[in-house]
Amino acid sequence: METELPSDTRLTDDGLAPSGEGRVLVLACGALAREILAIVRQFTHIDLQCLPAILHNHPERIVPAVREAVARSANYDRIFLAYADCGTGGLLEKAAEELGLEMLPGPHCYAFFEGTEIFVERTEDEFTAFYMTDFLARQFDAFVWEPLGLDRHPELRDSYFGHYETLVYQAQTDDPQLTAKAEECAHRLGLAFERRFTGYGDLETSLVSFAKATT
Amino acid sequence: MSDEEDDIILSELDDEELVLQMHDDLYDGLKEEIEEGTNILLERGWEPYRVLTEALVGGMTIVGKDFRDGILFVPEVLLAANAMKAGMAILKPLLAETGAPTIGKMVIGTVKGDIHDIGQNLVTMMMEGAGFEVLNIGINNPVENYLEAMDDFQPDILGMSALLTTTMPYMKVVIDTMVEKGIRDDYIVLVGGAPLNEEFGKAIGADGYCRDAAVAVEMAKEMMARKHNQMAAG
Ligand code: B12
Repeated sequence: METELPSDTRLTDDGLAPSGEGRVLVLACGALAREILAIVRQFTHIDLQCLPAILHNHPERIVPAVREAVARSANYDRIFLAYADCGTGGLLEKAAEELGLEMLPGPHCYAFFEGTEIFVERTEDEFTAFYMTDFLARQFDAFVWEPLGLDRHPELRDSYFGHYETLVYQAQTDDPQLTAKAEECAHRLGLAFERRFTGYGDLETSLVSFAKATT
Repeated sequence: MSDEEDDIILSELDDEELVLQMHDDLYDGLKEEIEEGTNILLERGWEPYRVLTEALVGGMTIVGKDFRDGILFVPEVLLAANAMKAGMAILKPLLAETGAPTIGKMVIGTVKGDIHDIGQNLVTMMMEGAGFEVLNIGINNPVENYLEAMDDFQPDILGMSALLTTTMPYMKVVIDTMVEKGIRDDYIVLVGGAPLNEEFGKAIGADGYCRDAAVAVEMAKEMMARKHNQMAAG
C-alpha cells in the first residue's frame, strides 16, 4: 500500500479517497488512518479509504455513509470495516452483517486500543476518566473544543466536563510532543492527566489477521 | 437569529412580538433576555403557566426540531436549555402558588456508567413545561438509586437515559429488578438516548422509546391519559 497520509484536518472533515490499488479494501474512520497505515503498510494488496472522522459527532450518519461507500466499492474482493459500534446502537454491526463485511469488535476506539475486554472491566472504576487517543490529541480543537462550542462559550466547560476528574491519554505511539499536547488538553479541560501506553491494541490484531487471511 | 438584537427593547414590543422575540432569544441562548422577557410578560398579567408554554416551551420546541434535523448541534441546545432554565427559575415558585395543572410525576436519570446528561436535562425541562413534576436523579445511577427515588417520590413514570452502547443494556437490569420486586406494572417506563431505538426499547421491556423530548412529552401525556381511563374503567 502506498497511500500518503493527508493532514489530520482533512481526515476529520473529508476523509481519504482510496488509491484504487489493491484487491482488498479497508474502509475506516478517518480517526484511524494514521494507525492503520502504520499497521498494514507492508501489505501491498490492501487499499485504504476513510470516511470523515467528524461523523463521530453524528453517529446516525455513519451507517448511511458506510453503505454509500460500500456501494461504490464493488471492484474489491473483500472489505474490512475499521469501525467499532461508535454509538450506532448496534446498527452498524447489523449493516456490516448484511453487507458481508468483517468489522472491529467493541463499542469504540477507546475500548479497542486498550483491548475491549480489559477496557470494559476497567471502566467500572474509571467513571470519571475522559479518554484521549493520539488522533484526538492532534485534533482536539476540531474534534472536541470547537464542536462543543468551547471556543465561543468557554463557560460551558463545566456543563460538559464537570463530572470528570482525569484525562486518560491512551497513547498509541511514544511521542513526547503529542504527550505534551495531550497534557495541555487536560489543563484546558481542568482535569488531572494520566498517560497510558496502549499501542494499537485490538486494531492491530484484527487488521493483521485480515491482511494475512486475504494475502 | 437577527443582527439587530442590540436595538430591540423588549418592553416596547407587544405581547405577540415579545413572544416571537423570546423564541429567537432562546434559539440564540440569551439567558438574560429570557429572564427579562419572562418578567415583562408576568408584569403584563400573564399567567405563569402561559408564559412557560407559549414563550419558553414554544421556543425550545423549535430548538429541538432544528437539533433533530441537524441544523443545530450540542452547544446551541445546551445554551438554549440554560436560558430556558433561567426563565423557569422565575416561573417555578409562581407555578406552585397559582396551582398550575400537574399531569403526572416522573423520575428520570442516566444509567450507571454513563456521564451524558444534556439530553435527559432537556427532557426534564420539557416535561416540566408540559405540566409534569419531575425528579431528576442525575448521572451514573445504579438500580438502587432508581428504586429509592421511586419509593420516595412515587412517580407515575420512570425515565432512563443512556448514550453509550456499553451502558444501554443496564436499562434492562433496572426493568428486570422491577419485575422481580413485583413493581414493574406500577410504573410507565420510558427510555431514550441517541444510540437507542424502538426495537431495543421493546426488547428490554420498556413501555416506550422516545427519540426526543417532544416525543417524550407526547407519549407521556398519552400514556397518562390511558392510565387514567383504565383506572376509571377498572
Ligand atoms: C456531548 C457528548 C459528550 C459530552 C457529554 C457532556 C454531558 N454532560 O452530557 C462529553 C464530551 C463529556 C462526552 C463524553 C464521552 N463520550 Co460522548 N458524546 C456526546 C455527543 C457528541 C452528544 C450527546 C448529546 O449531549 N446530545 C444532545 C442531546 C440533546 O441529545 P440526546 O442526548 O440524544 O438526548 C435526546 C434524545 O436522545 C432523548 N433522550 C435522551 N435521554 C432520554 C431519556 C428519556 C427517558 C427520554 C424519554 C428521552 C431521552 O431526548 C433528548 C432531547 O431531545 C454524542 C454523539 C451524539 N451526537 O449523540 C457523543 C457520544 C455519545 N459519546 C461517545 C463517547 C465514546 C464518549 C466517551 C467515552 C468519550 C471519551 N473520550 O472518553 C465519554 C463517555 C464517558 C461516560 N462514562 O459516559 C460516543 C458513544 C459511542 C458508543 N459506542 O457508545 C458518542 C456516540 C460519540 C461517538 N460516536 O464516538 N460525550
